[in-house]
Amino acid sequence: MDHEWDFAFLLDQRDFILRGLMATLRLAAACVAAGIVLGLVFASARLSRSAAMRFIGTAYVEFFRNIPVLVQIFWCYFALPILTGMQPDAFVAASVAISLYAGAYLAEIFRSGIQSIEKGQWEAARAIGFGHVALMRWVVLPQAVRHVIPPLTNQVMEIVKTTTVASTIAYGELLYSAKVLSDQEFRPIESYTAVGAFFIVLLTLVSLLSSFLERRLRRHV
Amino acid sequence: MSEVLRVENLHKRFGPLHVLRGINLSVKKGETVVILGASGSGKSTLLRCVNFLEMPNEGRITVEGKLVGRATTKPGVMAYSNAELNALRARVGMVFQQFNLFPHMTVEGNVMIGPMKLRGMSADAARTLAHDNLRRVGILEKAREYPARLSGGQQQRVAIARALAMEPSMMLFDEATSALDPELVGEVLLSMRRLAEEGMTMLVVTHELGFAYNVAHRVIFLEGGEVHEQGTPQQVLLNPQRERTRDFLRSHTLFRLPEPGGGL
Repeated sequence: MDHEWDFAFLLDQRDFILRGLMATLRLAAACVAAGIVLGLVFASARLSRSAAMRFIGTAYVEFFRNIPVLVQIFWCYFALPILTGMQPDAFVAASVAISLYAGAYLAEIFRSGIQSIEKGQWEAARAIGFGHVALMRWVVLPQAVRHVIPPLTNQVMEIVKTTTVASTIAYGELLYSAKVLSDQEFRPIESYTAVGAFFIVLLTLVSLLSSFLERRLRRHV
Repeated sequence: MSEVLRVENLHKRFGPLHVLRGINLSVKKGETVVILGASGSGKSTLLRCVNFLEMPNEGRITVEGKLVGRATTKPGVMAYSNAELNALRARVGMVFQQFNLFPHMTVEGNVMIGPMKLRGMSADAARTLAHDNLRRVGILEKAREYPARLSGGQQQRVAIARALAMEPSMMLFDEATSALDPELVGEVLLSMRRLAEEGMTMLVVTHELGFAYNVAHRVIFLEGGEVHEQGTPQQVLLNPQRERTRDFLRSHTLFRLPEPGGGL
């Protein structure tokens, strides 16, 4: 095959691509932030002493973890409006669906991180007189954060990549932009290669940040 | 002398296992009481019930004249509030077999955190208090180190200082030297002995008969979840009245060295 590679059109279209990149970052940031909050909330629920709370936590995790994220996005974008009469825009539909999906995985990561702190640490904190909140705040969570960073990084990278699914409901992120360009310029090879390259750069930055954090936090343990 | 701890008819069950079967116990101010017993006799469980790391099924625990919890309609069964138990634990120090220092804090951080977060002390005041207590157990020079850099004996002395910084009315020691290499046992026992001599009220679970003999005011031998025999160290250790106590002591003193320099 003798394809003549030509990436020049990407430079001419840099504003359009930049807009796609910003949309990807915006969606990824929203989903990571909301996913972490949901994850913390439902991890606490799963670790609660109340059986009802534990049930709610488990139900959330099992529900959203077991539905393909694409189905959740379609449901939010195409099914929800019929039921409620309100049409969310593509960003809202995608961020809600991806956050709920990611939150289920993050809840499990946080739960295992908290449970990885040995019993002796909990008992020592209780023996000093700490209540549950102080024990979590000063003893368990600072240590759990260290254990959680590697799996958390994995999940964050997964979330960033999952944002491409939003292209299916015409949210103008990187993949959608590439698709538009490739149709316009008849250059699918260069367009999709460029998308891949952007993600490599983006996720390399994420993993560098994670290694930096891990080194800082592990200094003394 | 006033009573710091009173335990009345304490029962603890783990499922079908009836671990404590009606323990009665009293510790006076300034007294050091050593609890001996074979593994499974319930001695650690007893200690852990005193500060409610294990919840007793039945019985009354009174600390400094104040009954913990309130009676329920079931005879002997008490109900406790979290706030009350947290406040009680702040007044009763505990030292664990596995030290359980907080690995993400410096040595002084470990000692300061309780006074700062529970007694509202400023960082400066808490640091002064921490240094005083680290000096008490002879480990002030490690104040800025992290626990991972310390030997087991040093870590355990920090754990003692951490408990002391809460200025507890009594201290519980749960096999504080059992996880230590033999050459590190002495430094910890010495710290405990000095504490006892300073007049700290102590309830000590240990296998160190020498410590019991030399430091304890009273020795309690636990067997099958009951107080089997108790008395002064001389009575219980040298002249035990009951068969199980004798068996226990025999197994602990099967091999002994003659006194160094004492000739053979």
